[in-house]
Amino acid sequence: MGRGDSACPALPVSAPIALQDANNFYVSCERAFDSSLRGVPAIVLSNNDGCAIARSAEAKALGIKMGDPLHLIRDKVQKHGIAVRSSNYALYADMQRRILAAIEPLVRDVEIYSIDENFLDLEGFEDRDLVAHCQEIRARVEQWTTIPSCVGIGATKTLAKLGNAAAKKNPLFDGVADMRDDRVRRWVMDRFAVGDVWGVGSATAARLDELGIRTAGQLADMQMKAARGLGTVVLERLVAELNGVRASAVELVAPQRKGMAVTRSFGKPVTDMETLMGAVAQYAMRAGEKLRQHGLVAARLTVFFHTNRHKTGAPQYAASRTMALHPMTADSFELIAAARRGVERSWRDGFAYSKAGVMLDDLLSADKRPRTLFEDDQAHAKRDRLLGALDDINGRFGKFTAVPGVQGFERNWRLRSERKSPAWTTRIDEVPRVRAG
Amino acid sequence: MMAATVREMEWEMIPRDVPILLCRTPAGFPSPAQDDMEEPIDIGAWLIEKPAASYLMRVDGHSMTGAGIHDGDLIVVSRAETPRAGRIVVALVHGDRTLKRLARLDGRLWLVPEAEGYPHIIVDEHVEIWGVVTALARRFL
Repeated sequence: MGRGDSACPALPVSAPIALQDANNFYVSCERAFDSSLRGVPAIVLSNNDGCAIARSAEAKALGIKMGDPLHLIRDKVQKHGIAVRSSNYALYADMQRRILAAIEPLVRDVEIYSIDENFLDLEGFEDRDLVAHCQEIRARVEQWTTIPSCVGIGATKTLAKLGNAAAKKNPLFDGVADMRDDRVRRWVMDRFAVGDVWGVGSATAARLDELGIRTAGQLADMQMKAARGLGTVVLERLVAELNGVRASAVELVAPQRKGMAVTRSFGKPVTDMETLMGAVAQYAMRAGEKLRQHGLVAARLTVFFHTNRHKTGAPQYAASRTMALHPMTADSFELIAAARRGVERSWRDGFAYSKAGVMLDDLLSADKRPRTLFEDDQAHAKRDRLLGALDDINGRFGKFTAVPGVQGFERNWRLRSERKSPAWTTRIDEVPRVRAG
Repeated sequence: MMAATVREMEWEMIPRDVPILLCRTPAGFPSPAQDDMEEPIDIGAWLIEKPAASYLMRVDGHSMTGAGIHDGDLIVVSRAETPRAGRIVVALVHGDRTLKRLARLDGRLWLVPEAEGYPHIIVDEHVEIWGVVTALARRFL
């Protein structure tokens, strides 16, 4: 970071970064092909139709909160005629692909942060009016995909993220807030609470509050030493980032995953072991895929399953078994085998299981994996190729097209997704129809 | 300390008589087609020039048969193209997707069908041009 030993270090001149973030992404995707959803309150539900995970501006105005379980907001949904959709990830992923393709020619590099957020490297574009340039990016994305978005510009990711929040909140910005502009930065910093700063959790916010630090601006003015004293490296780095010094707080906010889980509720209760095995094996398969995607290996696998805790009258049982993985692995076959052993050891007859999952922890980057004696490199390479091929097939033709035999082919425990829109853009039988009449 | 310098070299400076091995040649007869390998024709890539801005849609109805677009045809609709008079477009009329030709008549824009017995629709605030039709695909069997 530092650029020499000068006594008074100037703010480093770093290339600007922008964060482009789609507005209510899932709802906007649904609206792209279903105009009945336009201008009306609409929400998209999580897997298994559990909770609201995306809300249109109208739904937010009606007080629907992120994560509200559907069964708790049924009255509101009915009273206000809120449109409800199951999540349609095939559609969202395709729209994300299109958004990236629209942006890429207009920036030096794109770093995908999540399905609807992208960091844009604007190095080399500094001599342009970046606000105008980012307006062009927004316009291009909306033209190609119909999806509106906002952009925050800043010297660091933290500032870009804060700028984005400001652009979303205040229509005066017309969708683009440039935090490199002192007036904009001060204005935003004074109005946003510390809790709104990316990476500041509620516990940290409470401790800062005790010190009288309530706004993002006050946090930026905090002494580094004091930030360190508060206990977290993340906070210290965030203070640096808020002052325009890149401290890769981002990597700390979203570290290489410490653990991951694939868990789902069943569409209908499962009462026999083979069906549960099939589901668990599939989750283990998916977890392995995720590991390989991130270049990680796991040292521990936990498999769990339990009955519906909300059905107080029904007999209850919750099982959870942790298996050590030695050597550390990302091999789906080994993960499946471990998960099976876990189920065998903890299975009990006579219960109606409503949810199961596989969790992996103690993750390590695959190249740092401790090697064991007698490792057969050739067998490893062969296995890697097979797994790569599986991932490839599943990526191309849909999840679980190709599955190892034990996974079971009957999928009657599948997720509930009763209000799912068609795969408008990825299946030729489901493309939108246009009236010639 | 190790040091290395990279200098630009004139083409003439490269010794000509040193054979340069460009590809591994298996013992045996080399394939005479090796230098002429090409990818098979990808009809999708030809039909859809800008995939990120293009959407496939299925035609439902007969009002564009005069333009050679029939019921059940698959069309490519691009949002990267500018809707101009003369182009075939997909428009939302009161929210319903409809296929028409955009035309300028008496100084105003209209959505015009190309078959007998279908109405013209004037482009007003209830009409949104969604995309421009750039290609058509149809299978006979």
